[in-house]
Amino acid sequence: MLGNYITFPELLLWLPLFSGLIIFFIKEPKNAKRWTLISSLITLAISLASLYYHDNNKYLLYNNVSYVWMPYLGSSFALGLDGMGHLLTFLTALSFPVIFAATYKTEYKNANIFYGLMLLTQCGLMGVFVSADALVFYFFWELALIPVYFLCSRWGGEKRVAATWKFFIYTFVSSLLMLEGIIYVYLQTTPTLTAQHSFSFIAFYNSHISPPDQNWLFWLFFIAFAVKMPVFPFHTWQPDTYEQSSPPATMVLSGIMVKMGVFAILRWVLPVFPDAVVHFRNIVIGLSIAGMIYASCIAMVQDDLKRLVAYSSIAHIGLMCATIFATNTTGLQGVMIQMFNHGINIIGLWIVVYLVERQTGVRKLSQLGGLALKAPVLTIFFVLMVLANISLPLTNSFVGEFTMFTGLYQYNRWYAAFAGISIILVAVYSLNMVQKIFYGSSPSETIVVKDINLNEKFILAVVVIFIFVLGVYPAPLFHLTSDTVTTILSHF
Amino acid sequence: MNAIILTAIWGVVMMFGGVFIKRASVPKYWAIAGMVIILVANIMEFFGYTFFRIETRGMLQFDAFGLLFNTIAFACTLLYFMLNGRDIEKVGKNVSEYFALLFFILCGVAIASSFKTLLMLFLGIEIMSIPLYILTGSDKRNLKSTEASLKYFLMGAFSTGIMLMGIAFLYGGNTFASFYIDNLHLGTGKLPVMIGAGLVMLIVSMSFKVSAAPFHFWTPDVYDGAPTVFTSFMATIVKVAGFIAFIRLFQSSFGIMQEQWQTLVVIITAATLLIGNLTAVFQQSVKRMLAYSSIAQAGFMMLAIFALNDTAREGLLLYAAAYSLASIGLFAILIRMNDYTIQGFNGLAKKQPVLAITATVFLLSLTGIPLTAGFTAKFYMLLAALKTGNHLWLVILAVLCAAISAYYYFRIIQAMFFKEAEESEFVMDAPASFKWLLIVTSALIIILGLMPGLVIDWLYY
Repeated sequence: MLGNYITFPELLLWLPLFSGLIIFFIKEPKNAKRWTLISSLITLAISLASLYYHDNNKYLLYNNVSYVWMPYLGSSFALGLDGMGHLLTFLTALSFPVIFAATYKTEYKNANIFYGLMLLTQCGLMGVFVSADALVFYFFWELALIPVYFLCSRWGGEKRVAATWKFFIYTFVSSLLMLEGIIYVYLQTTPTLTAQHSFSFIAFYNSHISPPDQNWLFWLFFIAFAVKMPVFPFHTWQPDTYEQSSPPATMVLSGIMVKMGVFAILRWVLPVFPDAVVHFRNIVIGLSIAGMIYASCIAMVQDDLKRLVAYSSIAHIGLMCATIFATNTTGLQGVMIQMFNHGINIIGLWIVVYLVERQTGVRKLSQLGGLALKAPVLTIFFVLMVLANISLPLTNSFVGEFTMFTGLYQYNRWYAAFAGISIILVAVYSLNMVQKIFYGSSPSETIVVKDINLNEKFILAVVVIFIFVLGVYPAPLFHLTSDTVTTILSHF
Repeated sequence: MNAIILTAIWGVVMMFGGVFIKRASVPKYWAIAGMVIILVANIMEFFGYTFFRIETRGMLQFDAFGLLFNTIAFACTLLYFMLNGRDIEKVGKNVSEYFALLFFILCGVAIASSFKTLLMLFLGIEIMSIPLYILTGSDKRNLKSTEASLKYFLMGAFSTGIMLMGIAFLYGGNTFASFYIDNLHLGTGKLPVMIGAGLVMLIVSMSFKVSAAPFHFWTPDVYDGAPTVFTSFMATIVKVAGFIAFIRLFQSSFGIMQEQWQTLVVIITAATLLIGNLTAVFQQSVKRMLAYSSIAQAGFMMLAIFALNDTAREGLLLYAAAYSLASIGLFAILIRMNDYTIQGFNGLAKKQPVLAITATVFLLSLTGIPLTAGFTAKFYMLLAALKTGNHLWLVILAVLCAAISAYYYFRIIQAMFFKEAEESEFVMDAPASFKWLLIVTSALIIILGLMPGLVIDWLYY
């Protein structure tokens, strides 16, 4: 049946969509919550199955599908999973059950709508990662934004509407400019059987745009992706949105949604505009590294826990962006696995931050202290997450960042040296954060704090297992994505 | 031909029906029945069954483009009658006359979508406009309605004069002394003075009819002053019919010398986009905001006149459907609101979830978010404009303006979902049938957004 009637990308797409739509109508909050968790677990199972069949040389049938959609335009509803697609769909499928389980205790107003929107977001994200047609890609790129807009505006802090609005405007403007870029590239593609031009991946890769055109098209695409990642100076929406959104939404945004930007640069910008990438790489790397150091410096003086993590995320993403533009095999391999690792780590970090806030009621560093005595298990997990954030050896992000630094060093040692400064800064603010929350004297807010319960221990243990297993044995990730790296670099 | 004759007949039937039928609730059923007949007759003509064979000496030509547009316009009108039938009754005493006038407008629409001579163009546009002047002023107790009607009439008469002058110039200027738009033979060289003047006059008067800047000044006042039900009709079907006439005229007669007038259209397009969007941002009344947003959407449709290729024709049809459906739906909800300001929408999601969700679909479609017909329509416009390969900045401006439009459309969404309503006694009149119709409308928008081929394929049937 598999392959003939339905393929993995379709399953990954339709399951969250339909279960999301159904959950809108489950009025009882408990049931909505339960079914959402079950749906996301099924998606995870499908994703695991698809990993088993990931070898496209053998199982192409299971991973690619194309329907006639708009033949007169040369666009088909084409979906496909390559190594990078497998990696990110797995990250998406894994993150959602983790997020739902970790925040299972929280009650929301209109829980059915909240969970329905979460699943629709998952569908949009999956769509971005499995699309094999530029128009389909754009469809899902924008569609993922709409449920997130409602999620972040409806549930969260006091200033959530304004913060989300800023986020929406940034991403909407930039994606519209990208749409124009897509149409322009489309008009340069060669005729197909049914239409004059084509939106398919292959056609875009073979479009051979002239270097002067590449130079401005590059920016139309790059800005759209840079806003999503976000890269300095397009990052100003991010701390506000992360701070104001509800914890699950923040986790989705920082764990997966920012990967859309990295993914899209690897998918579109590098293969379609190789000349422009070479032409502008120093500007982009310079911006990214400046952003890394800048974000790290701001993170050092943050008092709000959520803002601190948000800025720390900008620093990590900056390194990925810089390494992408070094365009060598080592660097891209590092980016690939770091996309996955960063997703896991940042979600883990958000979970512990959320637990600290839930147990104490505050998230200001200045109001916290001495938690280690009262919540020893939470402390252990928090420290482990922070160590992964610093990318200490044995943790997964050490492998990723080490490979990325090697790649950056191969391109230019000075860039690697400056980027290295941020590694030191990460350690400074992360350890400072641990010290302020868990040690020292305990102010009045943290006197009656209890430790976390079994459910949350279990989830955090899962995250920690991922962190250490992939830190010791990252080979599966390298193996999964090596094909994609070769394909991307063949355009240079 | 079916549509022209039947709309005219049905208009007369409705008008005289008013003499015999005194009950105010009856005419809308007659109107809906008539609309179904006309829609079916028009579709039959599309498949080659013409009931009335009248020799027009080629002055009218019923091609796929025009008939397809008629189908869209009539289907939208049917939906409009079903959604707003009860609101039309509330405007005043002469219910059947309002319906009669609406049918006469549709007769004008059918002529404007099938003309082949400048004379028929003029007739179509005038038949569309004159009933509108009356409908604008139909709320006689309201001073603003009367003022709007007078303003619209004076400005409309003026632009009609300009159009007539332009037609006269073109007639006198071309060597064949012909009214036929395919037969003007204007050549490819530099324009003679007479032709040039006629052309500019036609652009000006058509821009006036579709409320493109800088000839848009009447729009906000008239749309705001007219009874909201008729604003809905005016801003959607009549406006897109104007665009269909516009592209029909320019594609067949002036297409070959596009270079010489393209700059003028580019300026008009850019001005319309900018003025419409920027002014809409500052509006507090949703009705007035929709008036400016209709100018902004006209700016997007002007891109089709700028591009004048096949994609533009396809896109304009899609745009007509997408924009009309979304606006009719949105106006239908607005009419039932107590308070026309944006604050009036506060907390609608709690009180009327179905209305709020469907209104969100309409607003997302107007903004041009994927999955809605609005996106596909805007996408076609951008595609058409980029295909011409020149004036790239205009497309970038259009895209930025679409982003600005998100600002004012999303203000309503924010009000509906994220703000708390003030306590009030007002209970909205929204029966189940009304809600279902809104759901059908939003379903149509989403279906068109996913499968634009449902409209476009018929063009090449």
